[in-house]
Amino acid sequence: MSEITRYSLTEIKTLLEKKSLTSEEIVSAYQTAYENDNNADIPLNGYIEFFKDARTRASAEDIKRKNNTHGRLSGLPIAVKDNILITGKKATCGSKILEGFSAPYTATVIRRLEKEGAVFLGRTNMDEFAMGSSCEYSQYGPTRNPVNREYVPGGSSGGSAAVVGAFQAPAALGSDTGGSVRLPASFCGLYGLKPGYGTLSRYGLVAYGSSLDQIGIVAHNPADIALLLSVCAGIDSKDSTSRDFSYSDMFPLTPGNLKGLKVALPVQLNGEGNSDSVRKTAAGFIDWLKQQGADVSEISIPNLSYTVAIYYIIAPAEASSNLARYDGIEYGLRNDNGNLLDMYINTRSEGFGSEVKRRIFIGNYVLSSGYYDAYYKKAQAVRSLLTHEFDNIFTDYDIVLSPTSPTPPFKLGEKLDDPVTMYLQDICTIYANLVGIPAISIPAGMSNDNLPIGMQLAGRQGNENLLLSIAQSWKNRGGAA
Amino acid sequence: MKYDVIIGCEVHVQLSTKSKAFCTCRNVFGGEPNSRVCPVCLGLPGSLPVPNKEHIRSAIKAGRALGCSIAPLTKFDRKNYMYPDLPKAYQISQYDMPICNNGMLTVFTQEGTRDIRILRIHMEEDTGKNIHADDGSHESYVDYNRSGTPLLEIVSEPDMRSPAEAAAFVMSIHEIMQYLEISDCNMEEGSLRCDANINLWVYEEEKKYATPIVEIKNMNSFKAIQAALEYEVQRQADEWQNHRLTREAAGKSTRGWNEASGKTILQRTKEEEADYRYFPEPDLKPLSISADLIQSIEKTIGELPKEKRERFMHQLGLSETDTIVLTTEKAFADYFEQILTHYPNPKKTANWLLGEVKKYLNAGNISISDFRTTPAHIAELLLLQESGKISGKMAKDVFIKMAATGKAAQEIVSAEGLSQISDRGELEKIVIEVIAANPGSADDYRNGKLQAIKFLMGQVMKASKGKANPQEAEKLLSEKLSS
Repeated sequence: MSEITRYSLTEIKTLLEKKSLTSEEIVSAYQTAYENDNNADIPLNGYIEFFKDARTRASAEDIKRKNNTHGRLSGLPIAVKDNILITGKKATCGSKILEGFSAPYTATVIRRLEKEGAVFLGRTNMDEFAMGSSCEYSQYGPTRNPVNREYVPGGSSGGSAAVVGAFQAPAALGSDTGGSVRLPASFCGLYGLKPGYGTLSRYGLVAYGSSLDQIGIVAHNPADIALLLSVCAGIDSKDSTSRDFSYSDMFPLTPGNLKGLKVALPVQLNGEGNSDSVRKTAAGFIDWLKQQGADVSEISIPNLSYTVAIYYIIAPAEASSNLARYDGIEYGLRNDNGNLLDMYINTRSEGFGSEVKRRIFIGNYVLSSGYYDAYYKKAQAVRSLLTHEFDNIFTDYDIVLSPTSPTPPFKLGEKLDDPVTMYLQDICTIYANLVGIPAISIPAGMSNDNLPIGMQLAGRQGNENLLLSIAQSWKNRGGAA
Repeated sequence: MKYDVIIGCEVHVQLSTKSKAFCTCRNVFGGEPNSRVCPVCLGLPGSLPVPNKEHIRSAIKAGRALGCSIAPLTKFDRKNYMYPDLPKAYQISQYDMPICNNGMLTVFTQEGTRDIRILRIHMEEDTGKNIHADDGSHESYVDYNRSGTPLLEIVSEPDMRSPAEAAAFVMSIHEIMQYLEISDCNMEEGSLRCDANINLWVYEEEKKYATPIVEIKNMNSFKAIQAALEYEVQRQADEWQNHRLTREAAGKSTRGWNEASGKTILQRTKEEEADYRYFPEPDLKPLSISADLIQSIEKTIGELPKEKRERFMHQLGLSETDTIVLTTEKAFADYFEQILTHYPNPKKTANWLLGEVKKYLNAGNISISDFRTTPAHIAELLLLQESGKISGKMAKDVFIKMAATGKAAQEIVSAEGLSQISDRGELEKIVIEVIAANPGSADDYRNGKLQAIKFLMGQVMKASKGKANPQEAEKLLSEKLSS
């Protein structure tokens, strides 16, 4: 494996600035790493497609740098989840139903990165339409965990985390609706941030659960995330749920001073439900926080027990509506045997996988007349309560701490036949999406089987900077995790 | 058979905002299929709607003009159903928190006046259009130009008691929307569409029975509304006598008006009705509407048809018939009033507008807004006539030339040397010459054959090449002949 691929995004930035390396050399190294791995016995399968034009774009950026007309991210390579649109590139969301669909426009986040000279390496694998926690529900086969290929990388942004973990990209964009960036980051031993709702424009991110979806970032280093966030965050006239907030002074990132930091430890997410190795890792992390002068207290948030239930009403409800447009009329797969109704049925039966179908059924059920009040309306009511509770918690605490996942990574196929167990995988992460606050997963330890374990910090809306600076302090700490 | 007719209307009004409801595509009628589209109105994956301020302002304006209260907090919802012309497979609409509630519109028919309650007005987006090839290929196409066009849906209470009242209600809505200048209100282009719910209350042996409610669609003109509903009243009365089906037993069905056959045709029964699975649109935040905003929009409402008519009749002294014709179209009424600022004679102006101008516009199928002659030019023409510079007949000829060229009246009169000879000295010269040249006729007149003056007048007109002011000339002739 080439040494070049070991650099973090910010290290690459420095090397490019010093002209010690060219972007083309770097992108070539990643391409070689990807190609070699693809020929291995058990390929990672993190990319659905490595862009053939990545190297040419990199050399174009090298020329801009020579001419001093380059942007802040000139030549920096980034991998992109297969549900974020780049004009002219395919975007399938890991689904057969979007087979052959080429994006006719570019997502706002991509446009902002592109403007500053970022080079996109390829499209990363994902659970179909971001529905899944293991990256096994993809039309393109499962992605494997770079730490141990018998294990899943977590989902749904499993491809994004895996390519970063396997040094096939220094950083990647994912999307997080219930934990889909943080869980893979945790399983692959990386930093993964889900910004607060509205921090990153959703324009051009293919919708799953519109009120929960956020683009997130996976990297080796909190500073890498801060760099990308500083370029692409902020209000977008094309997304009326985006927030007016300036993140431009976020980079360079300074490590946080944890003295007096008030940390809440909800008992609902830090108890018996977590595996031994996770609890051990959590205890170690809490010790470190205390050593840094943080003030850690246990609290109880009873409504946290309902988050999975609420999520599996709201997200499928929104998904059932968002995915109804895949009907074979305008784009994507079309199976037009018979009349219009046959075409709908044939196209959708053939195009969607079983997990997506399950959630469409659930969503249509909870929205249907006679059931709406009992499910959707009630779920939204609990969501409002939860949001209110977190508003109160954040008047007393700066950070809410829990593991990212109750368990270390599991093996491929282990939970495929048991959707409910798979759903419970997101028990620690979902609340941040329901409430709309930023949360980060930090690589905090290893299990007995040598698999990564992550800790999750959640903060107030707008406090991405605090989360990243604490993460940076952790990264800079002496000794190994 | 004794019964009451119960009708409620849903009127869809396409708004003439600059851009579409949730994207920046231009909002105009027609165009090359799929030429006015973008990721948002095509419903492409990843696209998001952004609300249009003009859409919201138009809704508030319409609501206030119809006496509605404006909700301080309103939101958009998704109405889910699959159809090729609906690219997202849901329509962004408003379900349980519409922007306007509880208004009132009084309609006038030959049967009298009736207050029709407005239940609500909500904002939504229009669909695209399915096009079925007529070349035998069985191919279907979709044109998304109309997709995302901003609409208002105005829903009445079931307060209308006859087809004529329903037609009058829709006409009145049409007129008001036009006065508010928020819609083209072109029924042929579908910018104002109406569906009606209709059933009967049948009275038999001291009991009241409600027949099944039927929704009538595809009524594309005021005439069609009345004809379709009249047909439906008869059909429901017959059905009651034959089957005695009540609303409770049969539920609601949908029928389409078929203009050619003059019948309504069953489209859907209750069992086939879609469950729209409404839920709040997560891509759009709820909207807070301030009292200040409402007030500032109210100031732009201006005079409504009813107020204008009262003013025209009572202040300008116009007849009811003239008033109605002048005020049906706001642009026409505005044109009329602009003439009055230069030529403050309402009756003469009305006569001219409803006579010559209307005749010209109708003949050429020209709308008043496309008419090249300005109100100031018409005023000038009327002043030229009134001062005697030109005759009534000349005025009509000059008008035709003005309308064709867009030139001012004076310009045409001067260029063609059309102005009338009213100068006494000049006329006297001609009159004396004519009397001298026709002594026989002059004597006839003096001997009591008064018709002889007609011949002499003809000679005066001939000698003056038609420019002599006829009234003045005749007066002078009789003076000279009698002296």
